[in-house]
Amino acid sequence: MKAVCWEGTNRIGVQRVPDPTILNPRDAIVRITSTAICGSDLHLYDGFIPTMERGDILGHEFMGIVEDVGQGVTNLQRGDRVIVPFPISCGNCWFCEHELYSCCDNSNPNAWIAEKFYGYSPAGLFGYSHMMGGYAGGQAEYARVPYADVGPFKVPESLTDEQVLFLTDIFPTGYMAAENCNIQPGDIVAVWGGGPVGQFSIRSAFLLGASRVIAIETVPERRRMAEQAGAETLDSMDPDVFERLRDMTGGFGPDACIDAVGLEAHGPHIDYYYDKAKTMAMMSTDRISALRQAIHSCRKGGTVSVPGVYGGFVDKMPFGAVVQKGLTIKSGQTHVHRYLPKLLRHIENGDIDPSFVVTHRVALDDAPRMYQTFRDKQDGCIKVVMKPH
Amino acid sequence: MERWLSMVAGAMLAGWGLQRRDALGGTAVVGAAALLYHGATGRGAIYDMGGANGGRRRGMALVADRYSDTRQRLGGGRGIHVEESVTINKPIAEVFRFWRNFENLPQFMEHLDSVATREEGISHWVAKGPAGTHVEWDARIINEIDNKLIGWQSLEGSTIATAGSVNFDETEHGTRVRVHLQYDPPGGKVGAMVAKLFGEEPNQTVREDLRRFKRLLETGEIPTTEGQPTGRRSMALHPSAKRAGRVQDMRRRSLSTGAVR
Repeated sequence: MKAVCWEGTNRIGVQRVPDPTILNPRDAIVRITSTAICGSDLHLYDGFIPTMERGDILGHEFMGIVEDVGQGVTNLQRGDRVIVPFPISCGNCWFCEHELYSCCDNSNPNAWIAEKFYGYSPAGLFGYSHMMGGYAGGQAEYARVPYADVGPFKVPESLTDEQVLFLTDIFPTGYMAAENCNIQPGDIVAVWGGGPVGQFSIRSAFLLGASRVIAIETVPERRRMAEQAGAETLDSMDPDVFERLRDMTGGFGPDACIDAVGLEAHGPHIDYYYDKAKTMAMMSTDRISALRQAIHSCRKGGTVSVPGVYGGFVDKMPFGAVVQKGLTIKSGQTHVHRYLPKLLRHIENGDIDPSFVVTHRVALDDAPRMYQTFRDKQDGCIKVVMKPH
Repeated sequence: MERWLSMVAGAMLAGWGLQRRDALGGTAVVGAAALLYHGATGRGAIYDMGGANGGRRRGMALVADRYSDTRQRLGGGRGIHVEESVTINKPIAEVFRFWRNFENLPQFMEHLDSVATREEGISHWVAKGPAGTHVEWDARIINEIDNKLIGWQSLEGSTIATAGSVNFDETEHGTRVRVHLQYDPPGGKVGAMVAKLFGEEPNQTVREDLRRFKRLLETGEIPTTEGQPTGRRSMALHPSAKRAGRVQDMRRRSLSTGAVR
């Protein structure tokens, strides 16, 4: 089959590789009909995530038709149309039983590597480094899905691929980010980053009852997309974001701040250049100017919710502001499985049509070019969907 | 005869190690020196240094019956001590039963080939040794409390002196399994030292065994990516991947270190 492979920092290739096979009783093979490039794939592309190996198959937002199931999978059969959550979860461990699916204790075969980094290992992920399990991803014609009796979620024929594809990651991720804000009626939520997760965070914040959402983003088409959802917008390169947020909230500050940017933040301030220099000198792994600004801007007693991906260590973290203002910080890889029935209902009810975010529809062969286009935010690129079948 | 063999093996290993002029060669030379010392004096070099593992003594209560030489070979700071634990989201009776059936152990203990129960309380253990060899010994259950504790030790005169115990407790998060192992592997502490240099740390090995035990019981399978498709691995690896890959290769290398390892 054809698969999108990581070939090194800034190098993506489409290669012919063997088809996947059932390796464990609870596996399934899915023939992929739609697969997307995630903003977090760009962190791999840019070489920010350790333990990638040449030849690793990328992709963790994919859906398709069940082609084969192992003998331990009784709830799926050949021909079922499913979306596949990006965290791999066993459904049996203490964490899965407590709906902490992205913290699954059993699905990472390389747990010992992740333990060196994080103390305890989170769930295995599709196509997201060997520390996270080394599982082949879904930017390919077929994928092997472990614990297929737990992950794959059947979707109705009445909805198109593009309407349900983002249930795999970015819609639940934006939703969990908003849910983590504990939004009360009348709340104002500020969202850093107008990429796909930011866009879904904005819409989810409204779904959960926010009265106003303010998006901080520098790319004009992304600001426009946020405005279409009813958000007010600020340019993240504006040096006075804090002052503007203060004005817009009557000197009170936003009740909750969402950092949907993550470890490759850009900003107009000196701290951005400081982070950039430190990461380039390998003295720090993550750039956190968006997170700093979110913490600084948040009202006293408010919540900072972090769906953006951070991988390692951050520097000049304004923890004093967290303590002195009594902030709550919530984060985590998304417990996708937990949100699927609820979010599918929202789609079916027409509360939201996730396909709004798609700007590019291409073939698998176009992946190398599209990674670059997406990373460089050229051509109005916000979300790329590839159609292997 | 055994000392003479040590001398010959030591000389060969030293020659090979000196030729290599790299980390592996250096390790070989260290091992060779120990073998030569053993050959010349009949004593273990590292053994005499007061114990590479002295820090792990912690007043370990040795489960050994007083008629066996196991007590002598594992007493005090001798032998290797390993303690690890894991919490399993399954009822205590099920966890106990699975372990108590020693035939199950090779399903999750990577270096065990087989365990066969011979007669009441006595079992025969076969572990994978270096370079395709096998190490075998008999062990006897010396302590057993239903759903609480299993203790065993090797019979007198075994090639490997080993003793171990597993404790089972009910906790808020599931059944806590605590394993305590002691063993005196072939080559004594030198063997373990060399193994350590190769990245095979006994604690980590036992931890991985317990992880597989938990995964097998909780999910019915052990997660894997072996056999999945990948793109071309050729050319130089990403530096971080190279590091991870190397550690992984070493962990696959088999090296006999005793009872449950």
